[in-house]
Amino acid sequence: MNKKKIYPQWFLLLPLALYIIFFLFPSILGVLYSFTDWCARSSKTGLHFVGLDNYIEIFTSNKNYADGIYHTLMFTLISNIVKLIPALFLAILLQEGIKGKGLYRTLFYLPSILPFVIIGIVFKSVLNYNSGLLNSSLEFLQLGFLKQKWLSDLGMVWKSIFGVDAWRGIGYVMTIFLAGLNAIPKSYYEAAEIDGANFWHKLRFITLPMMSGSIMINLVFGITYGLKVFDVVYVLTNGGPGHATEVLTTYAFQLYSNGQYGMSTALNAILLVITAVIGVMVVKVMSKQEVQQ
Amino acid sequence: MNKKILQSIWKQILCILLCLIVVAPFYMVLINSFKTKAEASRMSLALPTKWMFSNYTEVIEKGKLVQGFLNSMLYASSATFIGVILCAMAAFVLCRRRSRFNNFIYYFVICGLFFPVNYVTLVRVFQSMNLTNTRLGIVITFTSAMIPFCVFTIRNFVISVPVEMDEAAVIDGAGPLSLFFRIIVPLLKPTLVTCFILQFMGVWSDFLTPLYLSSKSRLFPMTMAVYQFFGKNTSYWNYIFADIILTCLPVILVYLIGQKYIVSGMTSGAVKE
Repeated sequence: MNKKKIYPQWFLLLPLALYIIFFLFPSILGVLYSFTDWCARSSKTGLHFVGLDNYIEIFTSNKNYADGIYHTLMFTLISNIVKLIPALFLAILLQEGIKGKGLYRTLFYLPSILPFVIIGIVFKSVLNYNSGLLNSSLEFLQLGFLKQKWLSDLGMVWKSIFGVDAWRGIGYVMTIFLAGLNAIPKSYYEAAEIDGANFWHKLRFITLPMMSGSIMINLVFGITYGLKVFDVVYVLTNGGPGHATEVLTTYAFQLYSNGQYGMSTALNAILLVITAVIGVMVVKVMSKQEVQQ
Repeated sequence: MNKKILQSIWKQILCILLCLIVVAPFYMVLINSFKTKAEASRMSLALPTKWMFSNYTEVIEKGKLVQGFLNSMLYASSATFIGVILCAMAAFVLCRRRSRFNNFIYYFVICGLFFPVNYVTLVRVFQSMNLTNTRLGIVITFTSAMIPFCVFTIRNFVISVPVEMDEAAVIDGAGPLSLFFRIIVPLLKPTLVTCFILQFMGVWSDFLTPLYLSSKSRLFPMTMAVYQFFGKNTSYWNYIFADIILTCLPVILVYLIGQKYIVSGMTSGAVKE
């Protein structure tokens, strides 16, 4: 059979062109522009090469851009811990057989399909200090002393963001774990039980090793999501109070709206480098697995 | 035996509690969307004293929701339809003809799963093509951004379609296009539907793309329309909640109809059957 004829290379042409022109090219262009003083006035004054000035500004200015980078990394780490571990136990709980499993799964997954803008607005109301659902439920349960200024207290605001993020994301993570659990043969557990294994033994020696695939998928999705996080922070706090919850992407958008395009692309370039390092590592692992099969 | 029953009761209680946490905000939004302005601003879970169905008709008018709905529908369905078909063609060839070059292309595309879109320079690229503030520009952005995910998911599925199908079709005289559209596409239907549903919901929910790419309100999708309405009418929670319900309804419907496809697609890379 003539492979060239039945699998024509031009099938690749259009998607590849779109991917390169509108996805990859802007990213590379962004790296180039990050070494210039590109701004809203550049159409009149022209574009100048400024070397590393934008990057120096990011790491030394008093505007706390570096904090934005730190917050992004912190968000990525903590939001994943907060979602993955409860989701794993929830998946195990559902998998072990419980009445209404299908209904629970449908409901737990539901929040993750909704637009984040919507969830942000809803939780702005839920977390409202005076009349929000959370504080009034706490009062109703005689737990009034737990009431908090969820979105304006500096010590609380990140915890609220993680909470809202987990509310939305746990069901998604859990669904992927459930599929992984489904693929583990029941006989493994039966054999372990005969040998006297308890819950933790089974988790440590059967469940976790057998689920490496779904853990990997969750980590990859979770990390890339965390690094690119924008909507939840933008809608819930818009980086505030002060600049306490700014992340890379909110700073980049702010700079863009102020017309400081060069600085904005420099921040984007930093994000690109971080994601590229992680991405290349993951793709290498994946291509090795493919060869092994 | 008693211990087991007790355990399962505890599990049920835990699950029901978690469900309440998930459902309570939805319920709060729904019930308050039928209240008057004063009542809704208390955000209680009580039933409205007077059912204000007019909130919905008013918010559709004030929030420019018809335009937003049509825009969202246009962006989500056209970007997804074009994206899924193009990616299926590419994934098919990448999977069947694994030359050194094609393997490189595959991993080159997969890298896009991780990269962020640089909207600032994308706007610049659009300027040079006269695509700024056009619907076409927004659709192109969405389509390009979904290419890595779709190619990855669909290629994983093509592997399971036997090559003998292709051979039989070619012996019967099929060309590449009729082979692909008449033999392969029907076989790929499950994964194509999955990609379509996931990406449709993704585009519908997206906020960042229209935020950067459209400065004209006639181009706003529903998410942007809601956000803008929220910014202008912060104290009219009854309208805001009605607006939220109307924006969520389409995605919830798509989710309930396509549920079984969603799970299988999300996990296709994770679990080897």
